[in-house]
Amino acid sequence: MGKVELKDGVYWVGAVDWNVRDFHGYTTPRGTSYNAYLVVDEKVALVDTVKPHFAEDMLERISEIVNPKDVDYVISNHVEKDHSGSIKEVMRLAKNAKVVATERGKAGLTRYYKGNWPFITVKTGDRIKLGEKILEFIETPMLHWPDSMFTYVRKDRLLLPNDAFGQHIAASKRFDDEVENVMDEAAKYYANILMPFAPLILKKIQEIQTMELAIDMIGPRHGVIWRSEPEKIIEAYVKWSKGVAKQKALIIYDTMWGSTEMIAKAILKGIINEGVEAKLFRLRNSDQTEILKEILDAKAVLVGSPTLNNGMFPSVSGFLTYMKGLRPKGKIGAAFGSYGWGKGAVKAVKEELEKTGVKMLEADLEFQYVPDEDEIKRCIQFGKELTGKIREEVYP
Amino acid sequence: MKKWKCTVCEYIYNPELGDPDGGIEPGTPFEELPDDWVCPQCGVGKDLFEELD
Repeated sequence: MGKVELKDGVYWVGAVDWNVRDFHGYTTPRGTSYNAYLVVDEKVALVDTVKPHFAEDMLERISEIVNPKDVDYVISNHVEKDHSGSIKEVMRLAKNAKVVATERGKAGLTRYYKGNWPFITVKTGDRIKLGEKILEFIETPMLHWPDSMFTYVRKDRLLLPNDAFGQHIAASKRFDDEVENVMDEAAKYYANILMPFAPLILKKIQEIQTMELAIDMIGPRHGVIWRSEPEKIIEAYVKWSKGVAKQKALIIYDTMWGSTEMIAKAILKGIINEGVEAKLFRLRNSDQTEILKEILDAKAVLVGSPTLNNGMFPSVSGFLTYMKGLRPKGKIGAAFGSYGWGKGAVKAVKEELEKTGVKMLEADLEFQYVPDEDEIKRCIQFGKELTGKIREEVYP
Repeated sequence: MKKWKCTVCEYIYNPELGDPDGGIEPGTPFEELPDDWVCPQCGVGKDLFEELD
């Protein structure tokens, strides 16, 4: 697969990573792509590069269009290595090129690559004229690193927002209308990468709307390019950033000898009997990346753990640490679990779950050894009452 | 004078120290920082800071 023309004189020249399954801990069953874009006019700009070891793929694609030595500008929207990882190779060939980045981007690239390159540092509203095509830059600090920025090609109404609006998908096609289940991967990407920055996302989208940037295509750095209805992914980001949830509960737990699992399944029964959607995940058998995607539109998050050595089970603690960093919005939840002689897990889960931002409900769901019949009934009853609270807070 | 915390990256603005690299003199209260001042650690605006008790 070679270059792909997005717009007259704008090309995709990135690389497809079919086999990556663990992207810094994010599971990527569908692989991913590193999207670099070449904008060709009187001057030539390369917008971002690709992950290390994929430089050849990119340079081959560029060579189908121009000689890589004729690149005038290398735009670095984001320092992270999957985007900047081939900048050295490009700069070695393109002897006259300048690197364009934010002030923090320049500092980051210098730390990473020690390159003594000519830099142009840009702020929001700065422009570089390539000919008829003009590149315009928008700083987006903490979307999702301090150095991040968006590049906008005004003539083509094309937004290149780096890691925003991405999805981890490897495909032989490049556009959203050519690939299945794109929105699901976009939701997973948002939940696992961008969720902590929800307030910034809402502000930035508002700012872009006031800048009156007409957008009819969005080229993110991973996955497919949004061309069919680019406003759909913007609307989805607004919805996710506002924490809009469905009538849906998640039960996430681990178990040693099955007692915590009995509690989890009894609560599940109580919820399902009332007709509310629920999903159950045993942590050691589940994909954390997928669970976070499910949390995105769930209203209730219940977490359970057996007591191990006076505390919570390690898989539960690892999960809560991950979830805490991602700061989900507007959830209600509770802790449950089991113990042998001394308690410990439920208290620890409760404290950690509260720190993730979840509003904790009153719950008395901690049982010794194996829950008996009455205790199982209490779990079912808890699930039933939970659906009332979910319905109170979320209207269909 | 109260300290303020960046809600995004948890940097703490201490008015006694100011932000000399950002041109802010020691002794400048958070309220008197210019509107275009940004978090020295992550670059977000003043509106994303919260007051610490």
